[in-house]
Amino acid sequence: MDKIKMFFKDFAKRLKHIYLSDKDRPSMIQNSLSSPGFSSLTASILSVVIGLLFGFFLLLILNPSKAGMGLQRILVTGISAPDKFAKVLYMSAPLIMVGLAVGFAFKTGLFNIGATGQYTIGAFFALFSAIVWGFPWYAAILAAMAGGALWGAIPGFFKAFFNVNEVITSIMFNWIGMFLVNLLCLNTPKIISDYWGGNIGNRTANLAVANPSAIIPKWGLDKLFDSNYMNIGVFIAVLIAICMFVILNKTTFGYELKACGYNRNASVYAGMNAKRSIILSMVISGALAGIGGGLYYLTGIGNYNIEKLLLAMGFNGIPVALLGGSNPLGIILSGIFISYIQVGGEALQPTFSKEIIDIIIAVIIYMSALSLLVKLTLEKLIRRRKKDKILHCCEAKEAKK
Amino acid sequence: MSEYVIEMLNITKEFPGIKANDNITLQLKRGEIHALLGENGAGKSTLMSILFGLYEADEGVIKKDGKTVRIKNPREANALGIGMVHQHFKLVENFSVLDNIILGTEPSKFGFIKKQEARKKLMEISKKYGLNIVPDAIIEDISVGMQQRVEILKMLYRENDILIFDEPTAVLTPQEINELMEIMRGFTKEGKSILFITHKLNEIMAVADRCTVLRKGKWIGTFDVKTVTREELSRMMVGRDVDFNVKKIPRDKGGVILDVKDMTVASKVHKNNAVRGVSFEVREGEIVCIAGIDGNGQSELVYGLSGLEKLKSGSIRFLDKDITHDTIRARSKSGMSHIPEDRHKYGLVLDYTLEQNLVLQRYWQAEFQKNGFIRASRIRKYAQKLIKEYDIRSGQGPVTRARSMSGGNQQKAIVAREIDKSPRLLLAVQPTRGLDIGAVEFIHKQLVSVRNAGNAVLLVSLELEEVMSLPDRILVFYEGEIVAELRPEETNVEELGLYMSGAKRQPQFTKTVPATKEAAHG
Repeated sequence: MDKIKMFFKDFAKRLKHIYLSDKDRPSMIQNSLSSPGFSSLTASILSVVIGLLFGFFLLLILNPSKAGMGLQRILVTGISAPDKFAKVLYMSAPLIMVGLAVGFAFKTGLFNIGATGQYTIGAFFALFSAIVWGFPWYAAILAAMAGGALWGAIPGFFKAFFNVNEVITSIMFNWIGMFLVNLLCLNTPKIISDYWGGNIGNRTANLAVANPSAIIPKWGLDKLFDSNYMNIGVFIAVLIAICMFVILNKTTFGYELKACGYNRNASVYAGMNAKRSIILSMVISGALAGIGGGLYYLTGIGNYNIEKLLLAMGFNGIPVALLGGSNPLGIILSGIFISYIQVGGEALQPTFSKEIIDIIIAVIIYMSALSLLVKLTLEKLIRRRKKDKILHCCEAKEAKK
Repeated sequence: MSEYVIEMLNITKEFPGIKANDNITLQLKRGEIHALLGENGAGKSTLMSILFGLYEADEGVIKKDGKTVRIKNPREANALGIGMVHQHFKLVENFSVLDNIILGTEPSKFGFIKKQEARKKLMEISKKYGLNIVPDAIIEDISVGMQQRVEILKMLYRENDILIFDEPTAVLTPQEINELMEIMRGFTKEGKSILFITHKLNEIMAVADRCTVLRKGKWIGTFDVKTVTREELSRMMVGRDVDFNVKKIPRDKGGVILDVKDMTVASKVHKNNAVRGVSFEVREGEIVCIAGIDGNGQSELVYGLSGLEKLKSGSIRFLDKDITHDTIRARSKSGMSHIPEDRHKYGLVLDYTLEQNLVLQRYWQAEFQKNGFIRASRIRKYAQKLIKEYDIRSGQGPVTRARSMSGGNQQKAIVAREIDKSPRLLLAVQPTRGLDIGAVEFIHKQLVSVRNAGNAVLLVSLELEEVMSLPDRILVFYEGEIVAELRPEETNVEELGLYMSGAKRQPQFTKTVPATKEAAHG
């Protein structure tokens, strides 16, 4: 127990340390100009700009006279009104979570394409515990976490013990998860809307009716932003992202997981338990996706529809993770950004169809997949610039003499 | 016609931050084997890449038969009859031997490959030079020696008469090296000229006619091999005297550190056991060398000792404690260190930085972590200390990615990490493979210092020179069994060779378990 207590105490100290050290270093920005972190951020921004330009090009082809308006909608809708911004934050919470799920797995050498399944199971655990058992919101989120973790653990187990590729198992578990949830929902009358006086038979109950205590609290933010969408979900997501950053980069646990991801043989040679690392990576990744499901469905706004389609939200984690460079802090930004242009995309209607945003996101991802190339070019340019500068200095000095 | 087939005159090539070649002149006579000698990073590979058209020189000219030529890419080099066997083979792993050889010059008609014609030509060449191959074998299924043969045939198929061999012996067993030397001599009789890049002096003395020495990008000299000694060459290459004799202080045998009884380890590649009922001891203050031809169970023996592989039967006692079923971490904690055979597969996490790799075996110790959090500043300090003590060179010090470091320095990092753990027993598997003389000398000194401090070293080596010079005791492995125990001062290379090839066996090592019976079990 003491050990755990000490761990959390240290954890708090580290968080403070990160915050302070950033503030105390005025030269940080200058130093980072040529650092790899900076150029990967620049590369991401560059991909975003190219993606938006491509989107504008599309708008021009579709309707030249309205294209300018369209681009403006995409770019500024998110901050045009407090309630629009609230919607950006509302959607970014689950996006950040699934992005973290995929990114965490990437960092530890796994491709978790099963985030959508873990997200669905997480959503079901949250809704079931909230509606059927009357859990309060925090307990329901923990249940969502457990559900996602379970759904991540199974592919992890098969990968660790039988070397079955996690891509294949987790794709299958997406479908198994979705149909299992549908089956369970249909056989649990209490979870369905019409049990609580609703009139729809294939949708989960409205939380406001079934269990208001399960709705994620708003802490007055809804009044501040004048929007029903606003709640503390995005803050929970950001907090978890920061924790993930600390775990990956500052702990021996993260060191082991990454070592195992980069080179399983070497991690075994160094006495680490590679099987345990693989399973834990998938458990954590699944838990993150599960929390995402909980955060989205416990807002009290959306309800789970019993359909035969995989939820798109889980797959959106892949672009979020890629754009964020799999770095938890980068994922916070990319999650908010993707959410931002999606809100902008909705405002394109009816002049344009909102799928344009999907195309823009696709182009951005394509570009960020090329980001290595962009990154290297950028680094080369910076280096050349520096060299030129030095040459100029030398020449100037000689001229003086 | 000019005396020289190829002349590279006053070649200079600069890379950002380094002058890889500084005014180097190399002249290759017709029908000679010309060795190019230098340490890692001396500029040998750069020079050859310029000749092969991979780089273009900043200054200097290249002449073929006295006429100035410009070589812009490997295709043009090929047209001039220049062929190269790279250190890391350029073969398509899942293509057949024949497909690889004709790749790029496929004889075709209307877009259809005329394979029969190619096959005929290949078999003719193969017969002419005595280079036997199976044309339909897939590259990934054949041995490294065979792959090299495919590379050589590729050059012959293209009718090249200037052949560049880039460190061809680094991957070969002693037997294969001898074969290769014979093949090279055969080529010169045909009037072909060979450029032979290496840092192994024995090979130069054995096969080369002339030798050009490079050091740190500069031309040191070109010599007739008959007129120089090994020691002179090594001094020119390294820039100082190299001490080939390792100083070992005489020691009395101490207590038993490792006691192995009837150890049997299964093989991953075939049904027989790789290690068959082996028993031996290693004592304080001695270096015991496991000698043998590659693939006779030495690797599996070490896997069993280090815990990477489970034993099928038998027991291991380490420091008077039974560790047969201990985990790798437990063995490491009780004082066992391991320099693995394959530094990229086991020894390093290539995507980690140098400092992260230096604590790979110790990151969990209280010194480097507190309540599960990494103590970054302590790791940095520790890494800086090791970098200084073991002279590990890298671009950005502790934060260099291991992947971007040279092979010699990667190995030094592993050696530093394993020896700094103050092991009671150091398992060192081919610790000097592919390294230049300076680094070899350094690593040998480190192994001896472990021994001199009263600890034990179990060395697995394929290099006969190392086997004869370093250990106190030699155990010869043949087909998974110990066939002889020798003392280096009482034996010679010929006798060792007989035991290694299975032609001889000491009476006390009787064949315990017949292989056929084991196969039935497996």
